[in-house]
Amino acid sequence: MSDLAHFRAETRAWLEENCPPEMRTPMRSEDDACWGGRHFTFQSEAQERWMRVMGEKGWTVPDWPSAYGGGGLSPAETKVLREEMKAIGARNPLSSFGISMLGPALLKYGSEEQKKRFLPEIARGEIRWCQGYSEPGAGSDLAGLQTRAEDQGDHWLVNGQKVWTSYADKADWIFCLVRTSSESKHGGISFLLFDMESEGVSTKPILLISGYSPFCETFFDNVKVPKDQIVGEVNRGWDVAKYLLGHEREMISGMGLGAGGRSVTLGKALGEIDDPVLAAEVAMFDVDALAFAAMSEHFIDQLKAGEAHPAMPSMMKYAGTELNKKRHELIMAAGGSDALEWESERSRGGKAAREWLRTKANSIEGGTSEIQLGIVAKHILRLPGA
Amino acid sequence: MILTDDQRQLADMTRSFLSEEGTIKKQLRHWRDTGCKDGFGHGLWKQMAELGLTGLAVPEEEGGLGLGATEAALVMEEVGRNLTPSPFLTTALVAVEALKGTEQGKRWFPGIVAGETVAAIAVDEGPHHRPRKIALQATRSGNGFALTGAKQFVVHGASADVILVAARTGGSPGEPEGLTLFAVPRDAAGMSVENVTLTDASKAARVTFEGTQVDADAVVGEVDGGWEPLRRAMRAGRTGAAAEMVGVAAGASAMTVDYLKARRQFGKLIGEFQVLQHRAAHLFGEIEIARAATLKAAELLDRGEEKAGIMSHVAKAKAGRVSALAVQEGVQMHGGIGMTDEHDIGLYMKREKVLDTLFGDANYHARMVQMLIG
Repeated sequence: MSDLAHFRAETRAWLEENCPPEMRTPMRSEDDACWGGRHFTFQSEAQERWMRVMGEKGWTVPDWPSAYGGGGLSPAETKVLREEMKAIGARNPLSSFGISMLGPALLKYGSEEQKKRFLPEIARGEIRWCQGYSEPGAGSDLAGLQTRAEDQGDHWLVNGQKVWTSYADKADWIFCLVRTSSESKHGGISFLLFDMESEGVSTKPILLISGYSPFCETFFDNVKVPKDQIVGEVNRGWDVAKYLLGHEREMISGMGLGAGGRSVTLGKALGEIDDPVLAAEVAMFDVDALAFAAMSEHFIDQLKAGEAHPAMPSMMKYAGTELNKKRHELIMAAGGSDALEWESERSRGGKAAREWLRTKANSIEGGTSEIQLGIVAKHILRLPGA
Repeated sequence: MILTDDQRQLADMTRSFLSEEGTIKKQLRHWRDTGCKDGFGHGLWKQMAELGLTGLAVPEEEGGLGLGATEAALVMEEVGRNLTPSPFLTTALVAVEALKGTEQGKRWFPGIVAGETVAAIAVDEGPHHRPRKIALQATRSGNGFALTGAKQFVVHGASADVILVAARTGGSPGEPEGLTLFAVPRDAAGMSVENVTLTDASKAARVTFEGTQVDADAVVGEVDGGWEPLRRAMRAGRTGAAAEMVGVAAGASAMTVDYLKARRQFGKLIGEFQVLQHRAAHLFGEIEIARAATLKAAELLDRGEEKAGIMSHVAKAKAGRVSALAVQEGVQMHGGIGMTDEHDIGLYMKREKVLDTLFGDANYHARMVQMLIG
């Protein structure tokens, strides 16, 4: 038996023993996701246990080095683990911006002390992170941000406002872009980490068209941040920010595969469609969806092999989110007036309509579709003046 | 999927060979403008044989390279990029796949490997690819069968030494059962071949059978068992055609992006206009996706997985849509010059339309995907 086959057999046996049956059922909605953190309310004992055993084994972050709480697995082993988890329908044990965004940036730009301090608690789901990027005046033009951090000798003093901070009201810590110099737009930004329980931090949820409030406004009023909580060099935070954005875009591109336990394709899942025009649209959608799934797998293989162009996450983010918006337009069309119900038990609280509205943010958050296309035009196609 | 070193070498070798010998000027325009009856050059076919390409899919024990659908796709993409006319797709991929493991294979493989034999496949009987609806009749007669009916869109049919003809020995149109595949040599009595020039200057034949007599040993595989080799051949054909369309799209798109960086209007390069940048970037992503879908189908075929069926339909449908977008954007962004025969971009548009139609268009394959989704 090859080493990989051996690893597969071991992994299968371990999952069989350790993955609670309840965690092998499809998620009913995004609400079933496990986020961990100081104040997270687990839905069940099984959810808590699944996160814990996977975290202890380092398999919440299978390809991170074991010295930082990861599984230390090779790309091939990581793929085997994902395949075996998929085979038994295992849920993701831990959804986390620490895993999908901050972790990769710390691995690349963090000091040894920062890696040892922050990465293991991310892997175990102990600290929930949020992202302080956008500001009221700095959306697509992110580098125009104005939140200030002043050097006070023994600490940074942070003042300003962030917006669209996902789950800021539930997060324990924030990774935050701040202006440490006004002399250069991109060259005056630094990347800070701090505790959301620090004095002077406050949050206010934003009610969205879906009726949910996953995003917040976040205010900083004379927040003191220890000097050792800057990642990378002072005024070089834009490099860290861009690298992290690549990982954020990778994560968001996964929307193209259908979130929340939904299948990649719509055919059959929508039941009988008696309108041939809609049926044709669904048929073409399913071609796009299956082709995107192949691309997604290929993209991950390329990333792990270090062969992906640095701008490819932008292409994937664009394609995945536009696909997901189309998916939900078709779900609404197939659902007719049933799908319009907003509060009824029958509609599970307006699930179809609310999810449809939620997807409209996919092509805005993490950089709009137009921003992604601009990045591809500039960095891959090398078009002039892009 | 990450390509192996051997696969990369094959792709590199093919790319440098075709970008030298298979160019639009040396091949497509040359044979078109000289009115060649074959629409391709036998010299190039022979050169491809010397590189091992004509026998790429032929099993090693029969003198070929014994390679799979992934390698075939890598070669096809380069063919598409250069619009190189050759019998590679229909002879070296489709016919070889149908003939694998049969007595007829033993007969024709040596000539294919040597670059001396051209093989064609005759499936369509109307303007659309509907393989289950095959009605051409093969009835028992003497020591063999007599074929009666007509086929169209038989690529390189008039140049072929042998035509693989899908005929009905049983069942009725609409059923996969009762089909038989015959290897009909070019000199078969009662077979008339009309050589037809298509939009892209390639040649396809309309073939009429009027009681054409073939021996019993002309049967490829089993009588009434034609669906299996036909299905395999069509999977290879549609995956190969998808890869060729990815090449056509990539070639047209590269030419177009170059033009955006060279053409000036309103005092600046037209590639500076955001409206064109975004369309070019969208197209780039779509081509990447079409390529990934095609290589995925090839990978599944090579692993012998059942999902290869649906994925080969996905690949052909996606590549068809994407390459159509690529050539339409290509001509539009070139403006007036794109409408001229002198410029190559229009040749990509013509080739794309033929390839999309070959072995079923995007609509057909999207319908098949929908049928197969469980």
